[in-house]
Amino acid sequence: MLVPVPRAPTPAAVIRPDAPVLLEIEDLRASVDDQPILKGVTLTLRAGEIHAVMGRNGSGKSTLSKVLAGHPAYTVTGGQVRFRGEDLLGLEPELRSRRGLFLGFQYPVEIPGVSNLEFLRVASNARRLERGQEELDTFAFEDRVRERLAVVQMDPAFLERSVNEGFSGGEKKRNEILQMALLEPEVAILDETDSGLDIDALRIVAGGVNQLASPENATLLITHYQRLLDVITPDYVHVMAAGRIVRTGGRELALELEERGYDWLDADGDAEADSTSDAAALAAPLEVG
Amino acid sequence: MVALSPPGRSLGAIHPWTGALLEALPAAQPHQLPHQEEARRWLAQNPFPSRRQEAWRFTDPAALLAVHPQPLAAAASPLPPAAPGVVRIRLGTGADPLAGVPLPPGLDVLPALPGAEATEESSWCDRLTAATAPAVLALRVRGVVGSPLELVSDTGTAEGVLPLRVLLLLEPGARLELLQVHRAAGASLTTVSLEARLGAGAELRHGLLGQGGSPAAVLLAQLTVRQEPESRYTFTSAVAGWGCSRLEPRLLQAAGAAHSVLRSLQRVGGQELADQHSQVRFEGPEGNLEQLHKTIADGAGRSVFDGAVQVPRAAQGTRAAQLSRSLLLSDRARVDTKPQLEIVADDVRCTHGATVTRLQQEELFYLRSRGIDARRAGQLLLRGFCAEVLEHLPAAAGIWQPLMMVLGEEATLR
Repeated sequence: MLVPVPRAPTPAAVIRPDAPVLLEIEDLRASVDDQPILKGVTLTLRAGEIHAVMGRNGSGKSTLSKVLAGHPAYTVTGGQVRFRGEDLLGLEPELRSRRGLFLGFQYPVEIPGVSNLEFLRVASNARRLERGQEELDTFAFEDRVRERLAVVQMDPAFLERSVNEGFSGGEKKRNEILQMALLEPEVAILDETDSGLDIDALRIVAGGVNQLASPENATLLITHYQRLLDVITPDYVHVMAAGRIVRTGGRELALELEERGYDWLDADGDAEADSTSDAAALAAPLEVG
Repeated sequence: MVALSPPGRSLGAIHPWTGALLEALPAAQPHQLPHQEEARRWLAQNPFPSRRQEAWRFTDPAALLAVHPQPLAAAASPLPPAAPGVVRIRLGTGADPLAGVPLPPGLDVLPALPGAEATEESSWCDRLTAATAPAVLALRVRGVVGSPLELVSDTGTAEGVLPLRVLLLLEPGARLELLQVHRAAGASLTTVSLEARLGAGAELRHGLLGQGGSPAAVLLAQLTVRQEPESRYTFTSAVAGWGCSRLEPRLLQAAGAAHSVLRSLQRVGGQELADQHSQVRFEGPEGNLEQLHKTIADGAGRSVFDGAVQVPRAAQGTRAAQLSRSLLLSDRARVDTKPQLEIVADDVRCTHGATVTRLQQEELFYLRSRGIDARRAGQLLLRGFCAEVLEHLPAAAGIWQPLMMVLGEEATLR
């Protein structure tokens, strides 16, 4: 049994039903190569919340994350998404990022010949400009990035290498969280962040996510293993099946899934599919911590 | 400098362009070196390049014929100052290239040319240079030469043909860093032959920058390298901006057991053509080759790579890896790539691969998802594509801004 890494002791640990809505997904439908994958996803994230989306392979979890980030291979066929009040789906991927949406990739891309440090600097400056902050020159940025490395206990040598090239699975995921630490998103979507990690790497990556969670931002964890939720405690757990959220609950839902698998949801899934998955509609705030 | 002879007068059925060029060369000088005569005879007896020949199948020599067949006299245009510690030798100005150049310890001028190395495999370009170059810059390298050597030609906007020949003899254990830079901005042909012989345990780090600046500029660069065992030869080239360029590196590991690295980057745009025909032959066991050839093809540009690796029976234990990577940036650009491994020995490890791709969508999306706009993401990927070759250029190359040379304004990134 893993010992949970506590989240930063901030007021975020208490869900506030009146906290501002950051991301509002309504009946989102999307397809790839004319094949419908998302068939009506509805989900609301408020500031200070951590949500987990679970489900079998092929249930549409990763598609949800890519559609939200604006991957060009996916076509939105219905529904809408508002990000801090703005229509998200009308924005290019780079604008979504600059506005404060972050996608941590399941398989971070290797880019030979592009230095990690330069990549981080260009990305970071794009976000800073958007927030009305000054761009950082090479030296100032290096100071900043070295300070943020501590969040994921990453060796500075990785800054000098090409982006993700030859990184182990754990190093790639740390590099993702480092990017998140630099970009300071309002909403972070972490797609299978635990995949390919050994227990030590998982603790470090999860520790980074916990440090970055605050009352001002929200996190959407996409995973199909409960073990990530031993180290990052979600406020809400949603189960996806066949392109829809079929059940929403608290932390205990993940444990139930761990114990019973996904099959029991198939039996009553159809009935549940129409129920609301808006977390804020749940009657009582969950206990967290 | 060793003076070579002017053309003979009985050239038989030589191609009119070649004949006119040979006729236009300066009057005879006293030294008549047999291999120059031999080269002229060979040119007279063999056809001018055409697309009917396998070696020129993808390479239209029309650009050559468009250059006025006369010797070019380039004014000594200003160049950026050489990097600190670098010894620069300026070629092709008509003046003695060594005048006023203090050669560093370990480098001296060869009193006489050694026997010619021309073989059956010498190319048409080799013979043209041998037949037309008025002199050979021949240097002997002993011990470790601390100062990098830079050989520069710049024809500016002058028109005509500039032939250049360089010979380097590296004695056993000698070490040298060499950068060749050729520039042109007019309707000219620069045809340069560099021959290097590496004694046992010698090391030559060699860079070549071909910086063209006109669709009418042509570069023919031949490289003949002979390596004795335990020697190490590293070649890194970047060529861009020529209406037509053709690079012919030819390496021979005379008794195997040497290490050779070839890294090349070429970029074509507009109607440009860049061609590389390389050949590496192992004549003994335990030889090693790493070869990476990269191309960026834009506009209606055309890029050709033909890479031969020959591993005869005597070359057991050879390790050779050849990779060709091409990036197509336009629908009208064309890439022809032809790896040729001729392996007779049975105990070898030889690999080759060729990819022709567009900018990778997943890489672009990854960058865009970090707030980097599509244009800048493309720039970053292009820079990365180039860096894999350019970062291996000798340090002296920095002053020529190789990335800017290859990518133009795409190189600039705030």
